[in-house]
Amino acid sequence: MAHDPSYTNQEFKVIGTRPPRPDGLDKVTGRAKFGADAFAPGQLVGLILRSPHPHAQIRKIDTSKAEKLQGVKAVITSADMPDLTNGNRNMLDILENCMARGRALYDGHAVAAVAAIDMPTARKALKLIKVGYEILPHVTDVDEAMKPDAPIVQPYVRTTGVEPKPKKASNVSQVTQFGHGDVEAGFKEADVIIEKSYKTEQTHQGYIEPHACLASVGPDGQGELWVTTQGHFAFREVCAKLLGMEVAKLKVTASEIGGGFGGKTHVWMEPVALALSRKANRPVKLVMSREEVFRSTGPTCSTSVDVKIGAKKDGTITAATATLRYQNGAFPAIWAMLGAMTSYACYNLKNVKTVGYDVLVNRPKVTAYRAPSAPMAAFAVESTIDQVAEAIGMSPIDFRIKNAAKEGTRASYGPKYGPIGIGPTLEAAKNHPHMRARLGKNQGRGMACGFWFNFGGQTCTDLNIGVDGTVTLTVGTVDVGGSRASLSLIAAEELGIAYERVKCNIADTGSLGHNDMTEGSRGTFSSGMATIFAARDVIEVLRERAAKTWEIPVEDVVWEGGQAVAKGKAHGNLTPLTLSDLAAASPNSGGPIAGHNEVVADGAGVSFASHICDIEVDPETGATKVIRYTVIQDAGKAIHPDYVEGQFQGGAVQGIGWALNEEYVYGEDGRLQNPGFLDYRIPVCSDLPYIDTQILEIPNPNHPYGIRGVGETSIVPPLAAIGNAVSNAAGVRMTHVPMSPPRILKAIKSEQAELAAG
Amino acid sequence: MAMRYETPATTKEAATLMAKAKGSAFLLAGGTDLLVRMKSGMIEPDLVVDIKHIAATQSIKKSASGFRIGAAVPAAAMGEHPALKKAWPGVVEAANLIGSDQIQSRCTIVGNLCNASPAADSVPALIAAGAKAAIVGPKGRRTVPVEKIVTGPGTMSLKKGEVIEAITLPKRPPKSGDAFLRFIPRTEMDIAVVSAGVSLTLDNKRVVKKARVALGAVAPTVVLVPAAARAIVGSKLTDDVLEKLAAACSAACSPIDDKRGTVEFRTEVAGVLARRAAKIAYQRAGGG
Ligand SMILES: Cc1cc2nc3c(=O)[nH]c(=O)nc-3n(C[C@H](O)[C@H](O)[C@H](O)COP(=O)(O)OP(=O)(O)OC[C@H]3O[C@@H](n4cnc5c(N)ncnc54)[C@H](O)[C@@H]3O)c2cc1C
Repeated sequence: MAHDPSYTNQEFKVIGTRPPRPDGLDKVTGRAKFGADAFAPGQLVGLILRSPHPHAQIRKIDTSKAEKLQGVKAVITSADMPDLTNGNRNMLDILENCMARGRALYDGHAVAAVAAIDMPTARKALKLIKVGYEILPHVTDVDEAMKPDAPIVQPYVRTTGVEPKPKKASNVSQVTQFGHGDVEAGFKEADVIIEKSYKTEQTHQGYIEPHACLASVGPDGQGELWVTTQGHFAFREVCAKLLGMEVAKLKVTASEIGGGFGGKTHVWMEPVALALSRKANRPVKLVMSREEVFRSTGPTCSTSVDVKIGAKKDGTITAATATLRYQNGAFPAIWAMLGAMTSYACYNLKNVKTVGYDVLVNRPKVTAYRAPSAPMAAFAVESTIDQVAEAIGMSPIDFRIKNAAKEGTRASYGPKYGPIGIGPTLEAAKNHPHMRARLGKNQGRGMACGFWFNFGGQTCTDLNIGVDGTVTLTVGTVDVGGSRASLSLIAAEELGIAYERVKCNIADTGSLGHNDMTEGSRGTFSSGMATIFAARDVIEVLRERAAKTWEIPVEDVVWEGGQAVAKGKAHGNLTPLTLSDLAAASPNSGGPIAGHNEVVADGAGVSFASHICDIEVDPETGATKVIRYTVIQDAGKAIHPDYVEGQFQGGAVQGIGWALNEEYVYGEDGRLQNPGFLDYRIPVCSDLPYIDTQILEIPNPNHPYGIRGVGETSIVPPLAAIGNAVSNAAGVRMTHVPMSPPRILKAIKSEQAELAAG
Repeated sequence: MAMRYETPATTKEAATLMAKAKGSAFLLAGGTDLLVRMKSGMIEPDLVVDIKHIAATQSIKKSASGFRIGAAVPAAAMGEHPALKKAWPGVVEAANLIGSDQIQSRCTIVGNLCNASPAADSVPALIAAGAKAAIVGPKGRRTVPVEKIVTGPGTMSLKKGEVIEAITLPKRPPKSGDAFLRFIPRTEMDIAVVSAGVSLTLDNKRVVKKARVALGAVAPTVVLVPAAARAIVGSKLTDDVLEKLAAACSAACSPIDDKRGTVEFRTEVAGVLARRAAKIAYQRAGGG
């Protein structure tokens, strides 16, 4: 049945309430089963041997001693994972990242793996594998990697997006460009031009649960994978392809997930676990250590960005440009392109141009991290915006309001906006009491805006009515942030029943059609849409069953307040039939009552946020303290406001960590120096103030309830908001993230020295 | 070979076990360093000797000559000892900065010292306090100033079979105060990038009569800085004196650039922390 996804301004009964999440009790009592919590009879322990070198030719791998060790059931190298990708370079890159093929490309790159009866045996076996490395020159810095004499990370890569097509290999995998108008003409009109360069260091998503899976492949070509993932359908397709299996023969079950933030949208060691299991003919459990997570799974890019913005004295921006260099680790991707697209998405600009350089270095393969690429671009742009405002003597908030994009604005990345929330979030920020709160000594206030596209995509949902009238909702999007609660609310709303009567399950890949991953803030948007439609299908069935029971035309039956009601004078004496009545009668009225929907949920509404924060800086040590933090964001419609606020707060906290302390530190030797939570400093509870939130609801016209994704935008403004606050507090412009105490103190000292020198 | 685990009842027995041990042998106090190193595979001991069953290591004793803190006393117990807190607030605050509540309910100052890290939190405070280590070895007992125990990152002057039974703190003269400050980028669960311990005694005119200043994480071991002490003795900690103290501390630094901080940063902040710690200690001593 065709359903209309348009927004209808329907009145809600349960949407917007805050019931407890169905997975909450199990999670707080430790009963929930995460990636490492599955067990199979006869299971083996898998371990991966990783390169200690950032770049090395693998001359020889001698596994004979390890194979002979008692208790070892399989040892594999890339020879056990042949290239079945048929010329698909992207897939081959994924395979190569899972297991080095002739060359180790970063410190932590997998070179071999073992499966053994227990952990001590597996550890011993790893030590017995002898790898002959020939160390090659390496490069880990994005700007260094772009120099003509830099070591080449991937000899097959030719820069795309430039004319003429280059013949020589380069570390720049692609150049992309966005914008409109004539920026040169625009700069000529400007009264003030600010031009500045910025750097941000590499950070990791820092999910608390390491990657873990239990893989089992039999000689009959059938397999199962239990895994912590944001998208088990995608994992199934990738793993099946890399291992030469048929998609339907591999069943993937998503465990509960202890955080992903983009890092679990990608396979890292799951194909290795399957290959080990296939060779050993036993189930294999593979659980990464924290060190492995840091050294070999998807951090986000480190970046180097130049920004130039010109404005007239009246506050109009006349032209804006950005050049963005993002390192992607050792494999080509599109992260600089996303940075180039998002840079100026908040503003209504006549002349704008952004250029992205995607760059390869000897670091782990970069993957998505919450609104991937946008925070770094926003740091550079929003820091410059503040400086332009200051130079023309306007307040940062008024300057932003004056230039904010609105309905009908042509976005710098191409499309024309529909109704959007940037203006309203800025107005709300301007009117927020936080903006007027007094600042103490050495304290500074900063603000910044952020944008994220959001994504819709393929979705498929089942809704089944039990004989007691309770509802089983089956979805295929992994619940990373409370979506089971939100989707249950949606089912309850449509059916007119209590939230408690709905149970939402995440199906394995054998039980439901394809679902795209939980990424792009799409979970509640897209599965919510499919749930609405599946429920409406069920209501059709329920009306038919009631009509049949009453022997009246189905047109005379309406679904109201959780029951079928006969409409029309002729049926006035018919007692309404509740969902429970109809469910109880279902075995004899036509069998199971079920609804189903599959949809490509287009029209995910773009999302905007404005953040305000106050920071105190100790001018003698460079230490910072976040005094106050406020997030204002457009949610379209907050289905379950607790979890919307949770997303706002979570993004802000990750942004605070990134802005102030988190960073990958590489030594001269190209090795990661801090692969652990002691020296990779995510904020601890006592580092943070209460994060205040304000939800705005500007309906997305392309969703029945007006939902927009909310999960990602919240990490976009913090780097810049904190950068502006620190700069105001310290009296010196900070251009390098993280703004760790040594960097802040150094900036203060050089500013003092400069002032002293006159 | 399986690991042997022993729980001797006396320090002498512990020393004998350690002296006779073949292969790698480790003493176990709170285990917050040792177990982490074992679990991460950095060490694979053949013998672990747990000192927590030895009576002499269990308690904090106050006597005419000062305090004696047993080697198995957790940092949390130091924070719950009113007399110790009153006499040596700087030592106690240093011990109570280690890790978190969970860590402090286990970890000891002896373990902190014998982990032999230049960044150990309690050590600058102990050295500033003039603390001594009471050592029991196969050949008898000896007492050594704390600053003589650690010789470099991970290395100590203790001989095979020697066990620290307790740390002693001297008797506190009136008008004395001590303080400890460390710099970490976070608020807790972190390792000192720089730290400073200051202990001082004033005369009746609030002039500093005696002082000891020690710095952490700025050299291969925690360093005692006599020049810094000299800078403040005879003064009332006026601003110019504090500047001299800071300069002496910065001059005593020979740190490294690493993931936790730069040479520049450590050198600068060592002076800042010493200055701030001295002011707190001065106030605690009644200097106002
Ligand atoms: C999460 C976490 C946070 C931490 N935070 C901090 C911090 O903020 N500041 C800090 O300084 N440290 C910190 N540490 C390190 C550690 O907690 C401290 O060094 C602690 O004081 C060690 O004491 P322990 O009793 O647990 O030592 P143990 O682990 O028992 O022993 C440490 C070393 O001393 C040796 N040893 C033990 N007893 C004796 C003895 N009687 N004689 C001779 N040698 C002995 C052991 O063989 C071992 O080599 C942290 C550790 C963890 C796990």
